[in-house]
Amino acid sequence: MRYLPLTDADRSAMLEKIGAPDVDALFVDVPEEARLDGPIHGLPMHASEMAVEKHMRRLSKKNLAAADAAFFLGAGAYKHHVPASVDHIIQRGEFLTAYTPYQPEIAQGTLQMLFEFQSQVAHLYGCAVANASMYDGSTACWEAVAMASRIARGKKRKVVLSGALHPHYAEVVKTMAKFTDDEIAHAKPAMQAEPDSAGLMARIDEDTSCVVVQYPDILGRVTDLQPIAEAAHDKGALLIVVNTEPVALGAIKSPGEMGADIVVGEGQSIGVGLQFGGPYLGLFAVRDPKHVRMMPGRLCGETQDAEGKRGYVLTLSTREQHIRREKATSNICTNSGLCALAFSVHMTLLGEKGLRQLAAENHRLACLAADKLAEVPGVSVLNGSFFNEFTIRLGTDARAIVRRLAKDNVLAGVSLGRLFPQHEELSDGLIVAVTETTTEEDIETLVSALKEVLA
Amino acid sequence: MSAPNQSGWKPGSPVQDHNAMSGPDTVTGNRALMLEEPLIFEIGTTETTGVDLPEAKGGANRLGGLDRNETIGLPGLSEPETVRHYTRLSRQNYAIDLGLFPLGSCTMKHNPRLNEKVARMPGFADVHPLQPVDTVRGALEVINELAFWLIDLTAMHGVAMSPKAGAHGELCGILCIRAALEARGDARKVILVPESAHGTNPATAAFAGYEIEDIPANSDGRVDLDALKSRLGPDVAGVMITNPSTLGLFERDLKAISDAVHEVGGFVYCDGANFNAIVGKVRPGDLGVDAMHINLHKTFSTPHGGGGPGSGPVVLSEALSPFAPLPYTARTKDGIVHLVEEEDADAFSEEHFDGVMQSFGRMTAFHGQMGMFTRALTYILSHGADGLRQVAEDAVLNANYILRSLEDVLDAPFGHSGPCMHEALFSDKGFAEDISTLDLAKALIDEGYHPMTMYFPLVVHGAMLVEPTETESKAALDQFITALRSVAERARAGDESLKTAPHYAPRRRLDETLAARKPVLAWEEPSPPGGTPTMSEQGGR
Repeated sequence: MRYLPLTDADRSAMLEKIGAPDVDALFVDVPEEARLDGPIHGLPMHASEMAVEKHMRRLSKKNLAAADAAFFLGAGAYKHHVPASVDHIIQRGEFLTAYTPYQPEIAQGTLQMLFEFQSQVAHLYGCAVANASMYDGSTACWEAVAMASRIARGKKRKVVLSGALHPHYAEVVKTMAKFTDDEIAHAKPAMQAEPDSAGLMARIDEDTSCVVVQYPDILGRVTDLQPIAEAAHDKGALLIVVNTEPVALGAIKSPGEMGADIVVGEGQSIGVGLQFGGPYLGLFAVRDPKHVRMMPGRLCGETQDAEGKRGYVLTLSTREQHIRREKATSNICTNSGLCALAFSVHMTLLGEKGLRQLAAENHRLACLAADKLAEVPGVSVLNGSFFNEFTIRLGTDARAIVRRLAKDNVLAGVSLGRLFPQHEELSDGLIVAVTETTTEEDIETLVSALKEVLA
Repeated sequence: MSAPNQSGWKPGSPVQDHNAMSGPDTVTGNRALMLEEPLIFEIGTTETTGVDLPEAKGGANRLGGLDRNETIGLPGLSEPETVRHYTRLSRQNYAIDLGLFPLGSCTMKHNPRLNEKVARMPGFADVHPLQPVDTVRGALEVINELAFWLIDLTAMHGVAMSPKAGAHGELCGILCIRAALEARGDARKVILVPESAHGTNPATAAFAGYEIEDIPANSDGRVDLDALKSRLGPDVAGVMITNPSTLGLFERDLKAISDAVHEVGGFVYCDGANFNAIVGKVRPGDLGVDAMHINLHKTFSTPHGGGGPGSGPVVLSEALSPFAPLPYTARTKDGIVHLVEEEDADAFSEEHFDGVMQSFGRMTAFHGQMGMFTRALTYILSHGADGLRQVAEDAVLNANYILRSLEDVLDAPFGHSGPCMHEALFSDKGFAEDISTLDLAKALIDEGYHPMTMYFPLVVHGAMLVEPTETESKAALDQFITALRSVAERARAGDESLKTAPHYAPRRRLDETLAARKPVLAWEEPSPPGGTPTMSEQGGR
């Protein structure tokens, strides 16, 4: 019980001050029949640091770490190198163990960082304003849909989802919409070289509050969004663009530049690490500042102190749950502050020059991998365009191939069968992601492993 | 870009003398170890980088003709400059590693570094959420083992692990209730929320499509059982109750409330934010609760990181478990931990849940906050059955010690009604007329403490919630009590200097009205002389 500083003598002295005979007297409001008197069933007694570490290490070793495999998984979570300084800084106690910056005079470190983070995200997305982060990309996507409904004041009920949106993101939106009055029009996913923009645009009508597309999309394809933005705006709908790989935006046009109204995404690639799915970093930005007061989540703003010095505070909190209760713009009361810090530190280390170099290296290696894989008998590369992720067809169920290769420490990618279990026709598809951490040797390993199993 | 201080305050100009102790001015704006720090946008350039990467060279380009040609505008710093920038910023933060952090209902306790070490083990930190399940058996075991203890400690039936924070967990619990009601064809419209509930509770229920009705508190600060009972009926989907409440009190009548709600066919949601005060002492399932989220950072010590990430698993009663969101993990009779996702949910429930799995869907991509699960499990195993029980006892002992040590100088609105639980509630009653709770809080900063929670709960005028937690020593509490006593006495006496506090923080009082009236939410190139409109007036960049 090394984390509990009170001694028994302290406890006695404190009980005396309180005027209670024993500690159970402080639990007098707990109904007697519900009180637990014995030890908690099954849970062992306290354990030493060494013993706990040993137990957890044993569990950790039952997993195959990405660094110990030839690794090609993406589909919303990417393996990038994170500079050592990033983890060092986020472990500084003043960042790690601080609370929400409710007292700005003694939270300028967190607040200035959030202001810098918001500015970085706004630049990256080509938007005017970004918030101080959300839970993750998928929940940010739902919040964007909810925000579009708020802007439409309930007069437009149709949400058009691209079939090439990450299926988990689409599921989150559909789940939440079951409990609102939003109607979801979700195009069927299809495996073709170019996404079906015309089909998507045909679904937009006067009742549409928003259109949600992914860029690059779940199959890795990169499409010009301007025609979709125009089609949406013609009908008075907002275009929501989802990005799951922020590194791509060091190489391709920003969503804001192409007319997106709300841009949301997953920031995990920059600074955060894979972590089996969380905690991740939801990014959220709007192109037009007039939408700021409709945004969910925290915002940090610049102001002055009583001496005229520049400083930062959380602002526009009149939208928030603790003030507006049932009328709040959303129920969320936290962000991913520490993940935002990791993102911001990594992005500062990269700078524009480094981000562009990183993006170029990702693309170069992905092109190389696509070309090598195209030469494997039985494999065809689907994409006409891509950044660092593309889809190949194997002519057989990719789930089985992935499981087979994993036995040899080759993590070949994310099978479409795993992502879209209800679409059997997609099951020979495999999404392959390549980053700067992929070596040419890794690519050779994947190529020869596929040659062997497909022969 | 070379000026050492771009804070907007001009070095060399005399400091307004709000405080005789402020001393002479400095050229840099720094004060010895307290250093001013410009924005990265003011010191970095788009041509600087702190990483070694290959120079971008021509070659294949399959970007669909969408190359980003314009400058993005992202500043870079060298590695030493980056480390120094963020280290300097860190020194302007108060944190639990620096001192007592008495935020009521927020539970800022010691964050053991073993937890951090474990979360960074490659088998946890460096695995992809969509890896083949045979390569992540250990990660699934962590989820399952933690899930097991959460169920055990609460006497519940199941647990949804994927919610990403407490408020997300609330939403999960309410959606389970709604799904369960819809499954029996029961379209109820109303959720009852007591005044003493967390502010997120009504917002959550509204988000899930419910109408909210408040239930008043009685003179003891507890839910008014008669008012609640008289409102119950066939239109009530459930009640959301925070226990222990945000008044720091245990809801003595929770079992009676649960029974009454169940009798009319509704469900009981318990906000478990303050579970650390009762863990190992009483199990919510034994009080009739149907769903409760557990903020892992509060009860199980995962660090709060300046505002997140959180993690909010939701424990569920037998009636609600079949409706839990996907994905979930479950151990089957053969002892193997299964990750159940959309593709195998039906088959799995047929085999293991008698075919009654009726998940309401998915709340987030992937499996939830794995990095928090490893930390929380590490903490549970470190404390064990004896330690967790001691956690609750010491948390409650510390809070009552604060309550009884200060009630002669600070009004304690519910101090008469017996012991408090995790936190002590005070009010501004007795302060001099022009001194507010805010003034007292800011003066506490000068004493070297983070202020307590202010103006919450809303039902108490000028409320102050003090939560010491179990990881404070008696000596630390005594020093804090001395400081708070002195500030409270000054507030009662009308000491005008409180109104300009803090005097010694990195910033004096910040103008929050200005920030809201003229929002500046992103950095922009400084205006040329003569000035140009702010970003919001301009209508975007």
